[in-house]
Amino acid sequence: MSNAVVVIQNLSKTYGEISALHDINIKVMQGESFGLIGPDGAGKTTLFRILTTLLLPDSGSVAVCGFDVQKDYKAVRASIGYMPERFSLYQDLTVEENLAFFASVFGTTIRANYELIQDIYEQIEPFKNRRAGDLSGGMKQKLALSCALIHKPQVIFLDEPTTGVDAVSRKEFWQMLAKLKQSGITILVSTPYMDEAELCDRVALIQHGRIMDIDRPSAITSTFSGPLFALKSKQMYRLMRCLKAYEHTKSVFAFGDSIHYTDVRAENPIKAIRQHLQRHGFDDLEIEEIRPGIEDTFMALMEHKSESL
Amino acid sequence: MFRSIKFLLQKEFLQIFRNKGMLPIMFLMPVIQLLILSNAATFDVKNVDFVIVDHDRSTLSNNLVESFYASPYFTVRSQEPVEAFGIERILKNQASLMVVIPQDFEKTALTNQRANVQLILDAQDGYSAGIVQTYATDILASFQQEVFGEIAAHASLAPDIQTRQGIDIRTQSWYNPELDYRIYMVPGILVILVTMIGVFLTAMNIVREREIGTIEQLNVSPLKKSQFIVGKLLPFWIIGMGELTIGILIAMVVFKVPMQGEFWVIYFVAAIYLIVVLGIGLLISTITNTQQQAMFVAWFFMVIFILMSGLFTPIESMPKWAQTITDFNPVRYFVDIMRRVMLKGSGISDIQTQVLWLIGYGAVILSLALARYRKFSA
Repeated sequence: MSNAVVVIQNLSKTYGEISALHDINIKVMQGESFGLIGPDGAGKTTLFRILTTLLLPDSGSVAVCGFDVQKDYKAVRASIGYMPERFSLYQDLTVEENLAFFASVFGTTIRANYELIQDIYEQIEPFKNRRAGDLSGGMKQKLALSCALIHKPQVIFLDEPTTGVDAVSRKEFWQMLAKLKQSGITILVSTPYMDEAELCDRVALIQHGRIMDIDRPSAITSTFSGPLFALKSKQMYRLMRCLKAYEHTKSVFAFGDSIHYTDVRAENPIKAIRQHLQRHGFDDLEIEEIRPGIEDTFMALMEHKSESL
Repeated sequence: MFRSIKFLLQKEFLQIFRNKGMLPIMFLMPVIQLLILSNAATFDVKNVDFVIVDHDRSTLSNNLVESFYASPYFTVRSQEPVEAFGIERILKNQASLMVVIPQDFEKTALTNQRANVQLILDAQDGYSAGIVQTYATDILASFQQEVFGEIAAHASLAPDIQTRQGIDIRTQSWYNPELDYRIYMVPGILVILVTMIGVFLTAMNIVREREIGTIEQLNVSPLKKSQFIVGKLLPFWIIGMGELTIGILIAMVVFKVPMQGEFWVIYFVAAIYLIVVLGIGLLISTITNTQQQAMFVAWFFMVIFILMSGLFTPIESMPKWAQTITDFNPVRYFVDIMRRVMLKGSGISDIQTQVLWLIGYGAVILSLALARYRKFSA
């Protein structure tokens, strides 16, 4: 299990003046599910396009399944599956025709590799004579995944597979990935959703074309320094401003329906904060210490980086 | 190798025949265009409105006026007493020719055996003006022959008149004896239609795959560039051949265009020509990213190709530099070949220069397109 399937060394890529990727080093092991986490424009898609031989790197070396993406691109193409961010199916072909076509392009048939996609394909099989253009978003995505897997790749690259998909389908999708992993396929997935990061074996946090950290999700969150507090009030906006103006504040981020807050003081500051806020008229304040997630760590790392720049 | 191409073809034809909007565009539009254009695009100038100013008012001048009336090409607008009114009509675009018969026309004709008639032409459109002039002088010439022949027969006072008429010229038009312009135009228009379908369909089809993103998936597949290109071009090659067949059938049945030459010559050349045309479409698809861009680039080339193909205006009358440009216009060769094979019955040896040009053109275009088409970007 210790074979490295993807080895990226000192990879850089610039578009004119803009540095899209800067000195990237990543190693992904066989059978691993590896997440690439970062906001839009961080360089995730560029990295995926280089890994799938669609884009040439400027410098550094990239090997997939032991083949160099530049010299042995043919061998790389035969052993990978790629689901681009905007995976495109032929809208005017039916579910079955799409799948059969992608199978034939890779020199195989649906039947030859059916077991690999069985779990996924069974869900859309009742609609196999429907045109791909008439499928719902979640079903399109399942078909896309089936198409990317039909030639039994050793490693599969999924570029933001769950962007624009509803919460239920997202959950289902990750369950499918977990099953795929069991069959030994290495998975590289990029996502802007931090909650999905925790479903990966390891993640790389990427920002402005630079890798900020690579580790297991739990290890990454453990690097979070200091206790983290979640605050709630009916007057969220005013609370946010009030906390930003507070002299002991280290960081404040809006997080869905609560505000995540860290404090510069060493001793437990809950009491002091509550007093301070009550003085400002927040009577309904809820405050509790919480376990930091990937996103908290990500935000902290981003802050830290921009301070050090 | 062939298995992959087979699947690509299968997929293309599935998509083509499932596209309810595209089918009529491919098969109905060219037929309609052929029917309309061939009937409309004629160089015959008919129904020329003209004005007569007859200062003589004699029997002879009246006869001349009558022979203008009798011509199928002219419809008289009016007779005016003075030139100024006639010129006014020309200015108002109500007439394109004024015939002025001077005073003493009959008298001078009878005494001198010669008389003057003035023709004033609206030469705004030089080409039509030239044709109108030819018609008018034709009428005058036959009038002259008629009148002076009669005089000579009746009176022996002019014994040298027969010889004065000089050389007896009788023209016979070969290959299109009735000078029917449609017969000349139809083979050419047919070429244009096949070209348009070929260039547009190919360019659009490949760019569309790029636009919707499916080309990415094909690019990461082990599919070879050559397989992809053959798979993309072959369907349109087959469709092009089919369209040509439909077009030839219409040309022969509806327009009664004769087929003097042999069919295999036409299909042999068409097979090469379509490769050139599809190659151009492929090349356009490699330099554009959206269907809109492809459309405009394709249109740019089509306009030049059509207007410089010799279809409407003879290449021989273009300026030298323009003639040199037409050497690089594939449409020109096929228009020429189609006309020659269908109307003149030219064989393959008669048109070998043109065929060689097309082969050379095809080789260059295809290698350019192949070199430009990349499965990855830098």
